[in-house]
Amino acid sequence: MRVPAVVRGPAISLSPSVLALYAAFSLGRMLAAYVLSLIFALVYGRLAAYNPRAEQVLMPLLDVLQSVPILSFLPVVLLGLTSILPQGAAAEIASIVLIFTSQAWNLTFAWYQSLTTIPKELREASAIYRLGPWMRFKTLELPFAAISVVWNSMMSWAGGWFFLMAAETFTVGQRDFRLPGLGSYLAVAANQGNLTAIAWGIGTLILLIVALDQLVWRPLLAWTERFKLEMVGGDERPSTSWFYEMIREARLVGLFTDRVWRPLGEALDRSLNRRFPPLTRPRSGRQSRNWLFTAAAGIFWLGMIYGVDRLIGMLLSLPLFEWGQVGLGLLATLARVLISLLIALAWTIPVGVAIGTNPRLAGILQPIVQITASVPATALFPAFLLLVVGVTGGLNIAAVFLMLMGTQWYLLFNIIAGAAAIPQDLKYTATMLQLGRWERWRTLILPALFPYIITGAITAGGGAWNASIVAEYVQFSGKTLQTTGIGALISQATARGNYPLLLVSTLSLILTVVLINRLFWRRLYGLAESRYRME
Amino acid sequence: MDQAAASKGAPLAQLSHISQIYTNGRKRFVAIQDVNLTVSEGEFVALVGPSGCGKSTLLRILTGLQPPTEGQVLYRGDLLNDVNPHAAIVFQTFALFPWLTVQENVEVALKAREVPAKMRTSRALDLLDRVGLDGFETAYPRELSGGMRQKVGFARAMAIEPELLCLDEPFSALDVLSAESLRGELLELWQSGNIPTRTILMVSHNIEEVVLMADRAVIMDKEPGRVIANLNIGLAHPRQRKDQAFLEVVDRVYGLLAGQTQPEHIELGAMPGELGRLRGLPDVPINDLAGLLEHLAEEPNNRGDLYRIAEHLGLDSDHLLTLVEAAELLGFATVAQGDITLTPLGETFAEASILARKEIFASRLKRFPFYKWLLSMLREADQHRLRRGVIQTALEREFPPDEVDQQLNTAIDWGRYTELVSYDDDDDVFYLEPAGG
Repeated sequence: MRVPAVVRGPAISLSPSVLALYAAFSLGRMLAAYVLSLIFALVYGRLAAYNPRAEQVLMPLLDVLQSVPILSFLPVVLLGLTSILPQGAAAEIASIVLIFTSQAWNLTFAWYQSLTTIPKELREASAIYRLGPWMRFKTLELPFAAISVVWNSMMSWAGGWFFLMAAETFTVGQRDFRLPGLGSYLAVAANQGNLTAIAWGIGTLILLIVALDQLVWRPLLAWTERFKLEMVGGDERPSTSWFYEMIREARLVGLFTDRVWRPLGEALDRSLNRRFPPLTRPRSGRQSRNWLFTAAAGIFWLGMIYGVDRLIGMLLSLPLFEWGQVGLGLLATLARVLISLLIALAWTIPVGVAIGTNPRLAGILQPIVQITASVPATALFPAFLLLVVGVTGGLNIAAVFLMLMGTQWYLLFNIIAGAAAIPQDLKYTATMLQLGRWERWRTLILPALFPYIITGAITAGGGAWNASIVAEYVQFSGKTLQTTGIGALISQATARGNYPLLLVSTLSLILTVVLINRLFWRRLYGLAESRYRME
Repeated sequence: MDQAAASKGAPLAQLSHISQIYTNGRKRFVAIQDVNLTVSEGEFVALVGPSGCGKSTLLRILTGLQPPTEGQVLYRGDLLNDVNPHAAIVFQTFALFPWLTVQENVEVALKAREVPAKMRTSRALDLLDRVGLDGFETAYPRELSGGMRQKVGFARAMAIEPELLCLDEPFSALDVLSAESLRGELLELWQSGNIPTRTILMVSHNIEEVVLMADRAVIMDKEPGRVIANLNIGLAHPRQRKDQAFLEVVDRVYGLLAGQTQPEHIELGAMPGELGRLRGLPDVPINDLAGLLEHLAEEPNNRGDLYRIAEHLGLDSDHLLTLVEAAELLGFATVAQGDITLTPLGETFAEASILARKEIFASRLKRFPFYKWLLSMLREADQHRLRRGVIQTALEREFPPDEVDQQLNTAIDWGRYTELVSYDDDDDVFYLEPAGG
């Protein structure tokens, strides 16, 4: 692949006065990517949920897509875009697409999962009362999925912030792209070793994230309370939000709802109902649209054959030496992932149990933990690097640190939830039996936590592999630091435009993650589900 | 007096030669076999039968929610190929949208039919009024009791003024008292002509409920699901549960549903893999069965009327009939004309000690073809152990997919009780106990 001459993006200013503008740019990109993710999720999830034949292709594909590391998408996206768009626009769109790849997959899974778990009788009620596709979407599907979609949106945004730096500054071959934004500000500040600028950048980022949390996510969570399905009031504490209460009580909002929103909604419902009448029942035979499906399948398979052909060509062109590097890199990264998981488990289990079983402690620590967890570890990474860069194996320590920072929160939140869910009766029983501290942990707490630990560890493990890409290869103080690892190989291959190496390392990373999930985590998860789930 | 019967008119909905067949590999399972049914205008028809006889599926086929494998559905003489726009369903689990208020839940059905906003509201309020829910318009379903939720279900169904109102076990998820009061209120609404709907089709597994409400009972049996009788209930409303005439009809339905105990080789059926029907294990807790036998042992002549036993023990007719089936299969009781009589073996069982009961039960279970087959498989297996999956695959050739799990679980339960067969839940393995070898 031929690459044009060096392209430099606009210079990134490090003056604090540009931060507001940069923050707005980044927010805009995140928002665009999120809207894109949402549309993708709604369409893709719906196709997979309602069309059994499409499901057989789409769901495994999604499984693979979500384990493709973000940077591996870059060359494909960018080369594709630059061929049809001017450089500036192409870079901007590429950045949005990159953020999209860190947001879309879990949202799609959540939507698909919700659609497939809607109770049968609610579906039948919608059919017999002739709700058209729009009404069904509005009164059944969207409300049913609302809670899960909002939670997953929050996770998607966290994922987006994590990879913001990578999505706003990237090097492909000899081309160096920089888009003005918070991520590039932090990246340039780190590259120049400018501590003041790093502090400014992190401060702005935290402010932005906390503001979004308070003004968008908390109110949304409080609002989705109404979509809880259980018919009896559960004993879980409902989500609350001061901002949501404020909006609800504001007069102007009430007026707007009554005068504008309701009539508008009514008109919209009417016109959409007319346009999309209730679906007719699928015939027992399936003749219609068959040719369409066949055509789509044909194009898909032709594309696949072409792709596989190119793929094999690329695989064959990779020298043996680099294959060895890939194997070595996988082992090194695996070791780091394991170490970071062990460290995370070592501290999150005691702390999570303490928070989960002690409401007073939870009241104090929960908000602190939530804010700490929402700061993307990649932003703190350069500051941490400054500390350890002189030490032997400094980057190794820093890489484990970044993986840890990015993943420990999943574990902690799951363990807190698990500890809070241990039934009081069992705790009383343990006390009455006068179980010693160790016996109590062995017979009650650890078995009860097991399913939660597994759930948290699966997510954390996947996140750690993905984080290796930004953790093992860093541009810092004008130098490029790198250590042995599959993430470093992927980053380096991207930067140098070594596409065969990029392909092989990406594929082997995906294969490893999928294999570990299938052979290891899935079994443990099955065990957790069948033996340790409290009902 | 009998207004409903008097206004009975032309056929409204008709099922003609309906069959529902599932295929699993080469094996076919007939869930519903050649059912013909006509619901006429102004009629209250009840479909009654044991669980698994396909009555709820028939209701879905009749309303067009589900296409039948074979046969035709006619509505007013026309072929029905889609969801019937003139029908409404009241569901067993209410199927209300939890995020909509009571009023919105009723209105949503009208909105889908493009009824303008103002008319929608007035119609919804009027109906909620009639079912006795005025004052609860702004409540969410989760704030209501089961009975009140089902009232919302009724209001929603009536809001679209259906020609055919279908009720899918509408009272079975309610407690006894609210079910009873709701039945009364529905009958009153229907008979007073306060709702435009004249024709009702109700699916039920509760015999008393059917005799209390319907003009006609269509009685179904399972394996395969089919209609075994059509019974006109010629009783005037309001019906009294204690009336002799009422009890006679109940007795007759019990008689039809419980059937007559056949000679043992027919009752027990064939072995798996052989020609002929394999009898599954009835889904019955052993304690309940013992309780029934003990009750019978205290009756004069060890005999009882099924409907009286149901009343006396407060049992759902469906549950009682499953227990009776199990007692027949195991040779503990015989059934004829709606009466059940304890056999000498059943009497011995009822009076035996805990350990002796296990032995009696085990000796009967060993004669049961399905269990005989299971025991011989285990005897031939390496170390007398078999993985659950192996047995499951074998059973999938004999039972419909959703029944295999239930059969396995009952086999484990009964095996553990009799100490013939045991099961290791960690490894999903069946293994033979010394008593079973």
